[in-house]
Amino acid sequence: MSILVLAEHHDGQLAGATAHVVAAAKAIGGDIDVLVAGENVGAVAEAAAKLDGVSKVRVADNAVYAHQLAEPMGALLAELADGYSHVLAAATTTGKNVLPRVAALKDVSQLSEIVEVVDADTFKRPIYAGNAIATVQSADSLKVITVRSTGFDAVGEGNSAAIESVDTVVENRQSAFVKQELAQSDRPELAAAKVVISGGRGMGSGENFKLLDGIADKLGAAIGASRAAVDAGFVPNDMQVGQTGKIVAPELYIAVGISGAIQHLAGMKDSKVIVAINKDEEAPIFQVADYGLVGDLFEILPELESKL
Amino acid sequence: MKVLVAVKRVIDYNVKIRVKADHSDVDLTNVKMAMNPFCEIAVEEAVRLKERGVATEVVAVTIGPKAAQEQLRTALALGADRAIHVETEERVESLAAAKLLAKVVEEEQPGLVILGKQAIDTDNNQTGQMLAALAGLPQGTFASEVVVEGDKLQVTREIDGGLQTVSLSLPAIVTTDLRLNEPRYAKLPDIMKAKKKPLDVKSPADLGVEVTSKLTLLKVESPAERKGGIKVGSVDELVDKLKNEAKVI
Repeated sequence: MSILVLAEHHDGQLAGATAHVVAAAKAIGGDIDVLVAGENVGAVAEAAAKLDGVSKVRVADNAVYAHQLAEPMGALLAELADGYSHVLAAATTTGKNVLPRVAALKDVSQLSEIVEVVDADTFKRPIYAGNAIATVQSADSLKVITVRSTGFDAVGEGNSAAIESVDTVVENRQSAFVKQELAQSDRPELAAAKVVISGGRGMGSGENFKLLDGIADKLGAAIGASRAAVDAGFVPNDMQVGQTGKIVAPELYIAVGISGAIQHLAGMKDSKVIVAINKDEEAPIFQVADYGLVGDLFEILPELESKL
Repeated sequence: MKVLVAVKRVIDYNVKIRVKADHSDVDLTNVKMAMNPFCEIAVEEAVRLKERGVATEVVAVTIGPKAAQEQLRTALALGADRAIHVETEERVESLAAAKLLAKVVEEEQPGLVILGKQAIDTDNNQTGQMLAALAGLPQGTFASEVVVEGDKLQVTREIDGGLQTVSLSLPAIVTTDLRLNEPRYAKLPDIMKAKKKPLDVKSPADLGVEVTSKLTLLKVESPAERKGGIKVGSVDELVDKLKNEAKVI
């Protein structure tokens, strides 16, 4: 078996997700090649060559792959996929954008967001927002798979794999990059943060979300919200954690003034440690929290900030 | 410009799902079903394009059992002009759905196809991208803004960490993210009117597509239950537990 892993990278840097995808590839077993596609990605290729378990890094460095648009990336991967038994990418917005195109071009199914490798053909993946886990077996000769990073511990960096260039250049007349606006926050992204602190309807207003800032600063946390807080207009939609928002699984999740609707639990229940702060001791959030603190969040939050 | 919008019938997002006792699947007997939330956003966007005079006709399509016509009637009540039902009782995986939709695209020749980014049952997030590849069209996935400018489409996409804008040639495929719009509710008179709007029924065979899959669902389980922990009495105790017991701060 041989596996092709699509490297995830941003701004000339290899993204951490790739080391998790290589770990999933190791669990499948076989030779592991990493494809780095983009423009001016030499440094990314060097970083990828350090990942343990990688046999070789293949580099497609061309302007047509800049910003990793789905159309040229899909065509490139479909061309390179021949000879591999598996093509893997991180279940990031890049992987999710590109890989289904590859699967369709190769006339095979895709397995999305696997969290466990049972064997080379069989995988576990969450369905219904993680409220059920499906074990799925694929009889396709090529398996196209996206990997949820939280399911696999990252591989280490003691390797020095060979790097070779790929000269395949595809045409793209259908799509063009216009611009990118990345959040100018010093805070980590919700989906990648090690600590997340979220506010719910109990916060009372958008203004009160400022009470979370100091704690987030001290913990290096991302700030999220429940759907109820978004629907009440306290904070924008992109902060929503839950089934129809972002799915997070940080080391520490702090739910403040969140009752714990199914919708919300679906988005955070795989967090390693959950803390709930709520004045209603009957709130369902306490049923999933490792540490619950019943009380008035307007008193608790300032005290917590001062004691961290 | 004709806009084709695909919708899927799924379990209502507020329902707590149950896994069947034999672990063969999720139990959908007597469970409230609804239009997938991301598909509602797709219908809303198509209808708004028509209200702005950009779209001339909105055609809703679904693939699924007889009962999925309820979701097509909902789309019609929200403002779609007519509907196509590809009727099948089979389990339709993303690739087969994309093949069926590619045939509908070939027949209907829409200028734009809008789909939800994922269905909240299987959470695959594949069909739109697969359709784009099969139809040889560009894609704007996870859209939070869609602007038609002449023969181009500007799509602002929600990507990890921010927003990306791409320009696509038309026809194109768009999949919706949460922030694209807030769907309206259907009004009673529109629900009544929707009953009279045209709804065509086809079979996968009519479209020349075999609904088969090389994926086998071996087992469906409930996730490991999270057991509730302890209540702490004070902020000091909480900080102490997080530092010394959980060791996460």
